[in-house]
Amino acid sequence: MATVSLKNLVKKYGSLEVVHAINLDVADREFVALVGPSGCGKSTTLRMIAGLEAISGGHIHIGDREVNNLPPRQRNISMVFQSYALYPHMTVAENMGFSLKIAGKSQDEIASAVADAAKTLGLEELLERRPSQLSGGQRQRVAMGRAIVRHPDVFLFDEPLSNLDAKLRMQMRTEIKKLHAKVQSTVIYVTHDQVEAMTLADRIVIMRDGHIEQVGPPEEVFRRPATRFVAGFIGSPTMNLHNALVSDGRLVFSNGDTLPLPGQFRDRVTAGQKVIFGLRPDDLYPTGHGIHSGEAAEVHAVEVPVSLTEPLGNETLVFAEFAGQDWISRMLNPKTLRAGDRINLSFDLSQSHLFDAKTEQSLRG
Amino acid sequence: MDENQTNRIKQILLKIGHLVGLFIAMAIICLPGLWIVLSSLRPTVEIMAKPPVWIPESLSFDAYIAMFSGVGQGGIPVLDYFRNSIIISVTSTVIALAIGLAGGYAFARYRFRGKTAIFLGFMLTRTVPGIALSLPLFFVYAKLGIIDTHFGLIIAYVALNVPFTVWLIDGFFRQVPRDLAEAAQIDGCTRWQAFWQVEFPLARSGIASAGIFAFLISWNEFALASQLTRSTNSKTLPVGLLDYTAEFTIDWRGMCALAVVMIIPALTLTFIVQKHLVSGLTSGAVKG
Repeated sequence: MATVSLKNLVKKYGSLEVVHAINLDVADREFVALVGPSGCGKSTTLRMIAGLEAISGGHIHIGDREVNNLPPRQRNISMVFQSYALYPHMTVAENMGFSLKIAGKSQDEIASAVADAAKTLGLEELLERRPSQLSGGQRQRVAMGRAIVRHPDVFLFDEPLSNLDAKLRMQMRTEIKKLHAKVQSTVIYVTHDQVEAMTLADRIVIMRDGHIEQVGPPEEVFRRPATRFVAGFIGSPTMNLHNALVSDGRLVFSNGDTLPLPGQFRDRVTAGQKVIFGLRPDDLYPTGHGIHSGEAAEVHAVEVPVSLTEPLGNETLVFAEFAGQDWISRMLNPKTLRAGDRINLSFDLSQSHLFDAKTEQSLRG
Repeated sequence: MDENQTNRIKQILLKIGHLVGLFIAMAIICLPGLWIVLSSLRPTVEIMAKPPVWIPESLSFDAYIAMFSGVGQGGIPVLDYFRNSIIISVTSTVIALAIGLAGGYAFARYRFRGKTAIFLGFMLTRTVPGIALSLPLFFVYAKLGIIDTHFGLIIAYVALNVPFTVWLIDGFFRQVPRDLAEAAQIDGCTRWQAFWQVEFPLARSGIASAGIFAFLISWNEFALASQLTRSTNSKTLPVGLLDYTAEFTIDWRGMCALAVVMIIPALTLTFIVQKHLVSGLTSGAVKG
């Protein structure tokens, strides 16, 4: 088991820099998820940690060893690929025992290690099959078995669930979480799915265009997004984010509609400042159909027309028009609404976010 | 008649049509071979008869017996030719495969300057007819003193075959997902081990077909061999066929018998190797 530390890590392809001097420390036995849209550099970062991609600058430490120029085999890591990358000419048992065979372990050692891993993952029945005879979920499990069989310092997962269907993905997510609890090792997990990141990780690293936007526990990146990007990326449905201008203790939207300036930001903005106002759908609800999490004084109700509803059973997403734009709100204990109905919409301003329009940084401080 | 029955009849007729078509195609492919075998067993009179005698009246192995008799009794140094053919074909195939393996892998896996141009250049060399090469090659070989040697023919055949083997093997390595070699490296392999343990076994069928291809080209090549060989030192079987032509006569029966002797090893090799030509071996490697 080991820590992983990235210092000013840079990746360039020719003159194109795709990872810009990022810093990250992963604690021993920690589960860290790298998340971001495609092309944000998360997979490249993982491949640099694995040693599959040469680094263009900076340092990578695994444990107390600097591994900058070590080939993958000397880093004592294992990796689960998005494509599974099982060896098609070997059986499941051979796939899982391959690393031990290369390491020169005896047949008995290999057999018992493979049997252990197979038991952990429920693969005992499949050991003599070939990858082509397995279903997607089984292949995924074999890929994980291959990773755990030799007890590496660090596990690297590269979007391991993105080839599975939605139901299987949820199931495997749970299994990965259980597996981590069982094998207690350091994990770096790349995904573009923020739900996966939120549910699995101890800490989430949100990346964008080769930069790290924010690092923190799931709760923190959800509650206190550091930038407008993080606010928009984490959470489903996405946060309502709309441009506004600070004026006379109020937020003025483009069409002239206003909201009171939330109390927590009163000392942090100046009149005339351009800001982005953010409010999660959970904190915006038809009056009487939400959870009061803030002070009643900070809940501001406005009468607005409904433009669309998406019933989800136990709740309904209500799209309502305010300030010339659509806002997504979450209605608990839903009642039937139709487009055009006028409702009272409660804005829980104590839970709102403000970002500077230019820097896109949170003004919460 | 209801439409189900009409369709049924249509399907049967279609099937008969297919079978007849296939039979004709196979007959066109197989008849010359069969004719060679038959001709090697028939007296020359019957071979030359006009109108042709379709059904042989007598069959004998005289031509084969004569072939292996000493020179002067209608025999030719067939064992020498056979030895030469084997040495030259096998050696040139092994070399062409080794180069093809390295080249094909490089083209499939690495990016480098001028890749497309080099690849195209390789292919262009194959557009030159072999016979056009024979005179320049003859001059060069004469200067180097390697006419009538195994070495001379081997390098000529390697040059002939390398573009093909590179091209074929490149295609097969492209079908092996990159992730596999990377997974192998993570599992503790060096780049070299990853190649031999994972990528090579998966491309094996392609390499085998490239091998058959190269072997058959070398085995059957005549144009260059007829110019670059002189004696039993290096004459190959296809050139040996010419021994059956005299100033005024051609011993068709003997020629056919030698042709049969030539075909047998090639056929055997193809038969052995084709077992390995299992396609779809990579299925199940990655998402599928």
